Amino acid sequence: MAALPASARCVVIGAGIVGNSLVHHLAELGWTDIVQIDKGPLPNPGGSTGHASNFIFPVDHSREFADITLDSMRQYKELGVFTESGGYEVARTEERMEELRRRMSSAKAWGIPAELVTPEQVAEKVPFLDKDVIIGAAWFPTVGVVDSLRAGTIFRDGAVARGALTTVPNVEVTGMEVVDGRIRAVETNQGRIEAETVVIACGVWSPRIARMAGARIPLTPAVHQMISVGPCEVLAERPGEISFPIVRDMDTFCYERQHGSDMEVGSYAHRAILWDPEDIPSIEQSKLSPTELPFTEDDFDPQLEQALELMPELLGDERAEIRYAINGLLSLTPDGYPVLGETPEVKGLWSAAAVWIKEGPGTARAVAEWMTHGNPEIDLGHSDIARFHPHQKTRAHVKARTSESFIKTYGIVHPSEQYTSNRDVRLAPMHASQRELGAVFFETAGWERPHWYESNAGLLETFGPEQTMPREHEWDARWWSPIINAEHLQMREAAGLVDLTAFAIFDVVGPRALEAVQRIIVAQADVRIGRVVYTPVLDETGGFRSDLTVMRLAHDRFRVVTGGAHGMADKKWFSDRMPEDGGAVVVDLTSSWTTIGLWGPKALEILSSLTDADVSPGAFAFGTCRDIELGTLPVLASRISYVGEFGWELYVPMEVGAALWQKLLDAGTPHGMVPVGIGVYGTTGRIEKGYRAYGYELDTERTLMETGMSRAKWKDQDFIGKDAVLAQAGEAPKTVLCSLTVDDHTSASGVKRYMLGGEPILTRAGESLTDGHGHHPYVTTAGSAPSLGKHVLMAFLPPDQATLGNQLAVSYMEELYPVTVAAVDATPLFDPENLRIRGRA
Amino acid sequence: MTNVLVCVKRVPDPTGEVVLTPDGMRVDGRYAGYTTSAHEECAVALAVQVAEASGGTVTVLSVGSDDSLEQVRAGIAVGATDGVLVEADADTLGPADVADAVAEAVRAREAAGTTYDLVLLGNDAADTGDFQVGVRLAYLLGRPVVAGVQTVEVAGAVATLRGEGPEGTEVYEVGLPAVATVLEGGVAPKYPSVMGRMRAKKAEVERMTWSGSAGGTGREALSVPEAPPSQVTVLGEGASAAPALVAVLRELKVVHS
Repeated sequence: MAALPASARCVVIGAGIVGNSLVHHLAELGWTDIVQIDKGPLPNPGGSTGHASNFIFPVDHSREFADITLDSMRQYKELGVFTESGGYEVARTEERMEELRRRMSSAKAWGIPAELVTPEQVAEKVPFLDKDVIIGAAWFPTVGVVDSLRAGTIFRDGAVARGALTTVPNVEVTGMEVVDGRIRAVETNQGRIEAETVVIACGVWSPRIARMAGARIPLTPAVHQMISVGPCEVLAERPGEISFPIVRDMDTFCYERQHGSDMEVGSYAHRAILWDPEDIPSIEQSKLSPTELPFTEDDFDPQLEQALELMPELLGDERAEIRYAINGLLSLTPDGYPVLGETPEVKGLWSAAAVWIKEGPGTARAVAEWMTHGNPEIDLGHSDIARFHPHQKTRAHVKARTSESFIKTYGIVHPSEQYTSNRDVRLAPMHASQRELGAVFFETAGWERPHWYESNAGLLETFGPEQTMPREHEWDARWWSPIINAEHLQMREAAGLVDLTAFAIFDVVGPRALEAVQRIIVAQADVRIGRVVYTPVLDETGGFRSDLTVMRLAHDRFRVVTGGAHGMADKKWFSDRMPEDGGAVVVDLTSSWTTIGLWGPKALEILSSLTDADVSPGAFAFGTCRDIELGTLPVLASRISYVGEFGWELYVPMEVGAALWQKLLDAGTPHGMVPVGIGVYGTTGRIEKGYRAYGYELDTERTLMETGMSRAKWKDQDFIGKDAVLAQAGEAPKTVLCSLTVDDHTSASGVKRYMLGGEPILTRAGESLTDGHGHHPYVTTAGSAPSLGKHVLMAFLPPDQATLGNQLAVSYMEELYPVTVAAVDATPLFDPENLRIRGRA
Repeated sequence: MTNVLVCVKRVPDPTGEVVLTPDGMRVDGRYAGYTTSAHEECAVALAVQVAEASGGTVTVLSVGSDDSLEQVRAGIAVGATDGVLVEADADTLGPADVADAVAEAVRAREAAGTTYDLVLLGNDAADTGDFQVGVRLAYLLGRPVVAGVQTVEVAGAVATLRGEGPEGTEVYEVGLPAVATVLEGGVAPKYPSVMGRMRAKKAEVERMTWSGSAGGTGREALSVPEAPPSQVTVLGEGASAAPALVAVLRELKVVHS
């Protein structure tokens, strides 16, 4: 056994599927002098990998998950440890069948083979399943099982053979040495290893290890129960580990997976049983392994009955015994995504945690790319460890959210579904007023944001159903209200008031602030004081890291305003790129400022009634900001708009936000102004204007060219991504972001259906399309465009399909609806000349 | 028709490192879980064999709290007919108390019409290892007792009990009713089937109380002896190590020559 080296270029802690895949990919990318340690023995050190069910269903509603999973499957196949078995998701209820139809959409969108089948078809391949219990199923022929321990061994051996890796098992981490915010060394029970880069790939133990360095990895160990029943005659008759398809009994949150002569039954149906990382037993204290905890059979009994219903003969055979039963520990996070990337707290300390078997190798490749050159091929935006706001890292938040989401593992989760636990954490200063106005709150980054106001219900009559487009189907109308569309129309007719407190706001300050900002943003940063710049932020490959606005407030002060959901990641991106000498620093002001949007044809009159300042379009130009006085309230007014109307974002210190809100309500109401929720700001207003949103249309896999956001001219100064942008400018784009309108909503049953996002775009005949990246088009944003009387979709189309008037189709719940390409670039569908924003309408 | 009573005790699973509760009075099963002692699992398996062969019944009895129902039901899941829980805080009871509680239950059942021809117990419990309850119970019931039994056969009113001892196999013929304590090794205990588990969940378990009070020997404290230093012997590398490995496996009786 190798001795523990005293130093390394990189220390990877953990020899589960993640750590093992990671050392391989780091070695592939040229890293040498990697030391991998684990407190357990090899090849199964006792973490979650050791007891994993090891099966992979490639379909997921999230593109990030789907792409990572497909990459993992490819790698497992290359290693020769993948066995294709096929898999069913069976439905016992009509509601589930509808969800399976929606899964068909996601499968088609991500290019995953899938089809809906009858109970008889399931029984043909799974003869021991009682077809009378189910009403249908989804068939995924590429589902399979992997040998994750073997994969890990092959990965490690390969890296060792290259001379890049030393793996030392049975070494326990006892401390982390951090100097001036940077990792210096890992302390272990067998000595200290100095390293500038350390990766925590410790699964359920990760939070404990991170805390040793003062960093947070917000995940919780959670129990997933499984039993193994055997020997079953019908299974034993066939050779090999698996010869029958895996069955996911979706309505009971269980799965049945053959394992040689045994049938494994796993459950996500029981109460959430969460552990603290500190309470996980040691290897010596454990009966089987630290993550295979004593089975609590009372929790499993209901599932046992349901499994018996589904497979009565197989599981009811008295000769087949429950030979293995555990409460297996796995990692859960508050939002369901992994925790990847360099920790915001400690430079050089990385997290690769909360990753399951199906994502292991793919995630490891992306993280290795990130560690090597900063730009993973697959966008990891949703998994970035920097995404967490401080309150989201508390143990109570993690437990509350995972308790709530555990039962949703196989659940039917609406794309807009809101969490109910740990709400009312961040309240805008005007929150009390919003409650009085009947606000329906959705959560963003812990902020309670009105999505619409019930007090505006009266507007439904004003505008009528033609314009407000109510949705008859419950699923389409869930977490939605036609009041959103009414608010939208009233804003376009008079004015709307929008609470934007959830913005993340940070200043870049210092003598070298201009130089720092100039290098980070695409737009020209060297503008006169009082200019407001909307700009993409790119990575080195020209992919989007963000899009945001920057106000130049002084020669040495730039204020960055960005979305709440992505704000913490943006802050880290900027902070990481400040000059080493401290010539510019990032100062977080999110909690200091609130923002209120005032937009619409009456905005000028309303604001003018409150201030002596000349705020007319001639005196207060678009794209500028200035301090004005609204009576006793000093306000930073910024003339920009995300909804396509004339008006301002008004910034005031948090404590006067309520006063400003009330002042504007009082002044605006006589003009027909109404409070307007995020339903308008985030969807209807922006989709009519063709505005792209980060996380929907924009991510690191998308370029300026592809999103129609390229420029005729680039600034002379260098900026991150410039080389890539210049190179791309000469090439034809591989995909083109388009806006499409739905021509007919009528389904076969006569009910009008409204797409919600994520659906595949096909030819009118229903054939698949493929862009230059090999991706299939899908709806990135869907929403009402009330001013157009249309439902609008955004999607990246193959360039040859991106022609105005092109007639295509969208597949929704397994039915085709005709759509027409209405814009092939960023040209707004509403007010294409932008006369309204300019105050010339 | 032979009716058998099997006494089982809820014990922390003994396969991991022993962890004590903070007060040092109990073995803590929070990591390893709780189970029935291996000897008692074998006793249940033997009881089921005997009862099945003769068309009799098997009752599983435990003295303990509601938690012990898990062990009673585990016995039913592998073939026992019904269960009895004598409600008591088992940790406060010594072996004399437990024997008295069991004897009372046997008499109560007898008064209600169920006579046990054979009472089986584990040779000793996995957590306390007192080796006493079986013998004390036999004394209280006025029945013969055989300790260290591994197989049981019943023919008419006579039980043939066998156990492997250091000197060879010991065989006893005992007139029923009798008591025996079982040592693992003579029978392979079963895991429950799904159907067994479902039956056990729904099976009725009679609750009894014990009229006595703790008075026998008790526990002062538990301590975990220091683990003997582990010694690693490298047998060799590659194929040449095979003979040495086989020798060790033979010595451990994992394989028989």
